[in-house]
Amino acid sequence: MAKTAWPAPDRRKLIGSYTSRLDGPQKATGAAKYAFDINRPDMLYAKILQCPHGNCKVLEVDTKEAEAMKGVAAVLVEKDARSGALPEITFAGDTVATVAAVTEEIAYEALAKIKVKYEVKPPLMDDRNPANVSGRESKTATGDAVAGFAAADTTIEGYYGLACVTHCCLEAHGQVCEWRDGDLYVWPSTQNVSGYAGGVKDTAALPLEKIHVDCQYMGGGFGSKFAADAWGNIGVTLSKMTGKPVKLMLDRDQELKIAGNRPSSYAKVKVGVKKDGTITAWDSNCWGSGGQQRFSLRTLPYVFTGIPNQNTLANGVITNRGAQRAWRAPNHPQGCLITMAALEDAAAAIGMDSLEFFKKNLSLTDKADIYAEQLDIAAEMIGYKQKAHLRGDKTPGPIKKGIGMSMHTWGGKGHPSQCSVTINPDGSVVAQLGSQDLGTGTRTAITMVVAETLGIPMDKVRTELGKNSYPASGASGGSTTIGGVSASSRDASTKALNVLLDKVAASLGVPKDNLEAWDGKIQEVGNPAKSVAWEKACSMMGMMPITQQGSNPPGDLTELTTDGVGGVQMAEVSVDIETGVVRMENYAVVQDVGLIIDMKTAESQLFGAMVMGVTYALYEEAIYDNKTGAMLNSDMEFYRLAGLGDIGNFKVHFMTDEKYQSRGVIGLGEPPVISPGAAISNAVANAIGVRVSELPLTPDRVLAALNQGGVA
Amino acid sequence: MKPFAYANPKTIEEAVKLLGDAWGKTEVLAGGTDLVTSLKQNLTSPDKVVSLKDVEGLSGIVAADGSLKIGATTKLKDLIANAEVKKNFPCLVTAAESIGSPQIINVGTVGGDLLQRPRCWFFRQGYGLFGTYEGAALVPDGDNRYHAIFDNKGPAQFVNPSSLAPGLIALGATVRVHGPSGTRDLPVAELFATPKADTDREYTLKPNEILTYVSIPMKGLKNATYEIRQRIGLDWPMVTASVAYEDSGGKAANAKVVLGHVAPTPWVSDKAAAALNGQAVGEDSAMKAGAAAAEGATPLSMNGYKVHQVKVVVKRAVMASMA
Ligand SMILES: Cc1cc2nc3c(=O)[nH]c(=O)nc-3n(C[C@H](O)[C@H](O)[C@H](O)COP(=O)(O)OP(=O)(O)OC[C@H]3O[C@@H](n4cnc5c(N)ncnc54)[C@H](O)[C@@H]3O)c2cc1C
Repeated sequence: MAKTAWPAPDRRKLIGSYTSRLDGPQKATGAAKYAFDINRPDMLYAKILQCPHGNCKVLEVDTKEAEAMKGVAAVLVEKDARSGALPEITFAGDTVATVAAVTEEIAYEALAKIKVKYEVKPPLMDDRNPANVSGRESKTATGDAVAGFAAADTTIEGYYGLACVTHCCLEAHGQVCEWRDGDLYVWPSTQNVSGYAGGVKDTAALPLEKIHVDCQYMGGGFGSKFAADAWGNIGVTLSKMTGKPVKLMLDRDQELKIAGNRPSSYAKVKVGVKKDGTITAWDSNCWGSGGQQRFSLRTLPYVFTGIPNQNTLANGVITNRGAQRAWRAPNHPQGCLITMAALEDAAAAIGMDSLEFFKKNLSLTDKADIYAEQLDIAAEMIGYKQKAHLRGDKTPGPIKKGIGMSMHTWGGKGHPSQCSVTINPDGSVVAQLGSQDLGTGTRTAITMVVAETLGIPMDKVRTELGKNSYPASGASGGSTTIGGVSASSRDASTKALNVLLDKVAASLGVPKDNLEAWDGKIQEVGNPAKSVAWEKACSMMGMMPITQQGSNPPGDLTELTTDGVGGVQMAEVSVDIETGVVRMENYAVVQDVGLIIDMKTAESQLFGAMVMGVTYALYEEAIYDNKTGAMLNSDMEFYRLAGLGDIGNFKVHFMTDEKYQSRGVIGLGEPPVISPGAAISNAVANAIGVRVSELPLTPDRVLAALNQGGVA
Repeated sequence: MKPFAYANPKTIEEAVKLLGDAWGKTEVLAGGTDLVTSLKQNLTSPDKVVSLKDVEGLSGIVAADGSLKIGATTKLKDLIANAEVKKNFPCLVTAAESIGSPQIINVGTVGGDLLQRPRCWFFRQGYGLFGTYEGAALVPDGDNRYHAIFDNKGPAQFVNPSSLAPGLIALGATVRVHGPSGTRDLPVAELFATPKADTDREYTLKPNEILTYVSIPMKGLKNATYEIRQRIGLDWPMVTASVAYEDSGGKAANAKVVLGHVAPTPWVSDKAAAALNGQAVGEDSAMKAGAAAAEGATPLSMNGYKVHQVKVVVKRAVMASMA
């Protein structure tokens, strides 16, 4: 009988292999249809009129002229959900009205004809000023900080911060809605196929079974696409009002303004250290803003949670920008930067090599052994021994080089997931689940697991996901997808296989407990001589296919997915101390991640995270005007993302020893994006001899830091 | 975008006749990399767009009478590839190449680069050329990290974005402009002017004039451009400098130093030029020219770093000119 547990290393053909995405060709040729690409007969285009003010009350909306335009099908004015009155608006870019028209051009023109009167109030935008806090205070104290600092030989005091960044998904948010025969069909770009319908059901006034969600391909979400959102509900309403399909996708400008952001965080930190590198105390006062959402950063100190004698205080500033959303590893990149930068400053203050300092203090983390091993590997990869120097590159000339490092941690256990697997009498196999492939390779990984379990090639298995009519599977957030879907698909395919083995046992004359699926055959365990080919075996089931449901956690409660990974990253940068420009040289990524299903897409996760990490470390920042509250760089020109020329050389390494892999599958979406800000900031400090307090590390900030000291 | 009439004239005379005499009623379309964005963002809503694509004689590079004449609709890629340009005007090649995006270099034109509108984010977000909101200026207390450090007493505080203009001015180039009553020539430096009203444009061209070519004297000047760019790919420079001078036995004469991204117009620094003239060109004079270029800067609340960068770009441009 086949067992649910993951196969032993010598029984893995597909799991752990470099397998290309199955839908790569479709994506490259354009055959893959994203929400943006869905076109329905007679479809209308909806466009949103955005409020230009960060803080105001809408007094009057005159839509007469817009409504009278030829080609305009409907104009929907935004109302307060509870009172039904015209709304108070608390961030620029929020919706005032929406037009549905037969072409995009007419919709835009109609927007220009809507006349709005506002009562404008000053917005609060300054999140750097701690005097503005009004969020939720959180305080912790462990040990005796006073005594801890008294015991230190040196106490450093530093200020560190990260700007607000957005998700900037390649595919903007939005959806196409269509009513047909009393049912609602929605094609959204979503991270939450099985849960999406719940977000529009009240607007649609339909039972959930009448709402059909379909998302086959997705251009990223990073935590910003869990909900149906205001625009989802507007689309449903407009489609209902007009009786026509309605496409409502955000423009790039709106995507950047209103579709989510990562909270900013700023902190004053004190660290006490002894001359020998022992950390004796930590004190942090942190604030930041989640926009309209209450926020306080509770990830300090990060990774080195065992620092004795800590005081932490965290609070938030409510600003007039859109509400924060989960951003790839929520609150970890901020905690990581603030902690690793402060600790590295402490090492520099006592003249100690950073690597030695971090190693010495690993007992303050909960993964000392893993980090120790990873630090050595990363050091080897980046050539630390040959290149390392204490803070401040003494090489003559304007170009200074430096290395910095950081460590991170994440959970990543699989979410609840259900999957159904059908084995057809002709040997073809279909797996179905209400999950989604954000572009990460989920579809490919599921296919690999099912094919591996059944001992057949991947092209015999079709994986169908992206519809809420399939067995429900969790939302893709927190690196929970790969663990969830690989477990449920393993469970379902194992169960289906066992039904098949039952049918084949008699004809092979082998008890079913002694059968296995291997190499395109059903065979006696370890004995290909006693076997029957897969197709032949399947034909024995008669006319009825076998369908089995599997789940995470599996029915027999086998643990296929676990929690908790560590990673180390090292960055090498060069800094032109005359211009302030930072360039990436080399980057080493060492990641522990449990059992890897697809090595290739797993590596892609690391590469993608690195590009995103370099971007928020060096370039990315949502810039708002303090008088209007408007985002000033809501375009791809000044909302800078790293390009190919900017990212330097990446090297990646996975911890693939059996002791790591035997823990089962663990998610990888978040962990690698946590450290880049800290590692790159530390590398710049190492290069130029002074800390640049805030990310992104733009030339103006680098030059300002150099004015305070350093090698210049 | 407001619907507009589209005209595709074949001759320059025809084209000029199609233009109106007030800004914004009609617009000229070259490569469209700037104009189309402006149309989409409703920064301009003309009734008519006049394309230069089929106008005869506007594209191409020819040497005549000791000058190199570059047609207004010559693509940036053809400018970069031209042998005479490469040999004589490295300051232009560096500037055009550094625009960094093959798409823009393949479509954008020399005339369009000179006459593109400011990238000031207040302007681009719809607060007008001077960035005003409820009657108040947004730039002085707002995020002005990319704004002007010279000639910035207002109301114009944006920077001129053209990468080619500083080099062309340093080389002593002129432009020919065609209007309803014929043609006129003017130095490239005089093509630009700091606007006083937000209905003005940043150039001295009239609404019914078309730039037809740029003419650069081939006088064997040493020249170079240096730009500070944050990213390698498509991006805007933070500060740039182009220098050109006669090399008289290792000493500079008739030097010109022109800065980009520091003022509402390309910024000619006479002080920097004076620091170079008569001096042996080298690190020492380069640094002095850089320091002189930064003199008199009046940075805003967030762009003091540019004053420092001015010193660096001028120094590095001078050093590059020796290569
Ligand atoms: C992200 C980004 C980065 C960029 N980086 C740089 C950079 O670093 N340096 C740089 O210099 N540029 C840069 N560019 C701008 C680019 O170079 C210009 O958009 C391009 O050169 C404009 O040329 P065009 O032919 O497309 O002009 P168009 O868009 O056709 O025209 C631009 C303007 O000039 C007017 N115009 C054009 N030709 C004539 C003429 N012959 N007579 C009268 N008026 C005319 C038009 O009416 C319009 O107002 C960048 C652009 C982007 C989007």
